[in-house]
Amino acid sequence: MPASTIADGLRRVGAGTRRAVTRLGFASRFTFAVLGHSVEGLRRIRLTLREIYFAGALSLVIILVSGLFVGMVLALQGYDILQRYGASESLGVMVALSLLRELGPVVAGLLFASRAGSAITAEIGLMKATDQLSAMEMMAVDPLARVVAPRFWGGVISMPLLAALFSTLGVFGAYLVGVKLIGLDPGAFWGNMQAGVDFREDVVNGIIKSFVFGLIVSLVAVFEGYDAAPTAEGVSSATTRTVVGSSLSILAADFVLTVFMFRGVGV
Amino acid sequence: MNRSTIDLWVGIFVALGLGAILFLSLKVGNLLTTSHSEGYRIEAAFDNIGGLKVRAPVKAAGVAVGRVEAIRLDSTTFEAVVTLSIDRQYAFTKDTIASILTSGLLGEVYVGLDSGGDPQAISEGGRVMKTQSAVVLEKLISQFLFDKAAQGGGGK
Repeated sequence: MPASTIADGLRRVGAGTRRAVTRLGFASRFTFAVLGHSVEGLRRIRLTLREIYFAGALSLVIILVSGLFVGMVLALQGYDILQRYGASESLGVMVALSLLRELGPVVAGLLFASRAGSAITAEIGLMKATDQLSAMEMMAVDPLARVVAPRFWGGVISMPLLAALFSTLGVFGAYLVGVKLIGLDPGAFWGNMQAGVDFREDVVNGIIKSFVFGLIVSLVAVFEGYDAAPTAEGVSSATTRTVVGSSLSILAADFVLTVFMFRGVGV
Repeated sequence: MNRSTIDLWVGIFVALGLGAILFLSLKVGNLLTTSHSEGYRIEAAFDNIGGLKVRAPVKAAGVAVGRVEAIRLDSTTFEAVVTLSIDRQYAFTKDTIASILTSGLLGEVYVGLDSGGDPQAISEGGRVMKTQSAVVLEKLISQFLFDKAAQGGGGK
């Protein structure tokens, strides 16, 4: 009895590992296939524009509103802490650096994963479940070029723009709270911000981060959709996996990128 | 959804996004005024720079006039040579004194420039002759303690 239970357990672990490794292999092959079909997909620029509309333009409201509120909360909390050290004039630079380096790319990426990534997965998964992808193949239309590549590039292009908008609205929100509500001097607010923020070190690194996050979210979203089991249940679990997987990947990638980008700052 | 409507919204979205990047670069990152090509460089040698760091501000009469661009150790004189990038609109006399100061007790370390009365100005690549090193608190305290000890010893 116990022997067979152990053997069963081992078999299950083995099968699970094998399934995971096979999926990883498929994901790598899929990545190369999508990149290989990108030129073909981007040539049909209309399709990509349509995806930028769905992934980017329709995410504007949530990104703008969240950016504004995150900036306002950062300003309130930051002011409370900074004024204990008599450094409330540094509020602008603190908010700008937190937004540009971390919060802008990361929070915009998380919002983008749940707002647009899930939609992409559900759409591709449902197309697969209703045999639309197979129908395309039968008509000699490659679904990778027609369906997957435009969605992938639409997400990759939208993400840095969304992150930049998030940071901008955050800075604006901090200005509203810091200068208009609390009554800090606007000259000190902007002056310290401009003195403390470096274009190459902070702005460009933030854009690089958001671009990488865009790659991650878009790739996870199209892969999960393409890989979904062609049932209602399969599509729903694929959507969940997209949100969980891309959120965790964003946070892990953020750590790695931060280690490479900012470890030498100020030393 | 109509094609031109989609194009319109994508256009609005991309324009907003690029506008945001421009705003972050120019207004927040201040790309226009801090570019290094606009400043001229002068050098100053200090015995001790304390906690001075690259990119620390250079101030004259409290006004930020430039940044610390590089710090290196001269291996023959064992002095710290600090390269300052000064905004082109400001000129400093040849007998300017450069000192390393701290704003407040815990504030940032910066280089202060005090101009003298010399009619000639320091030109590109020139050197500040008179410098004043950073005040290292530990040295100050130990000096004070030694002085006290010496006084106490002499009194007995």
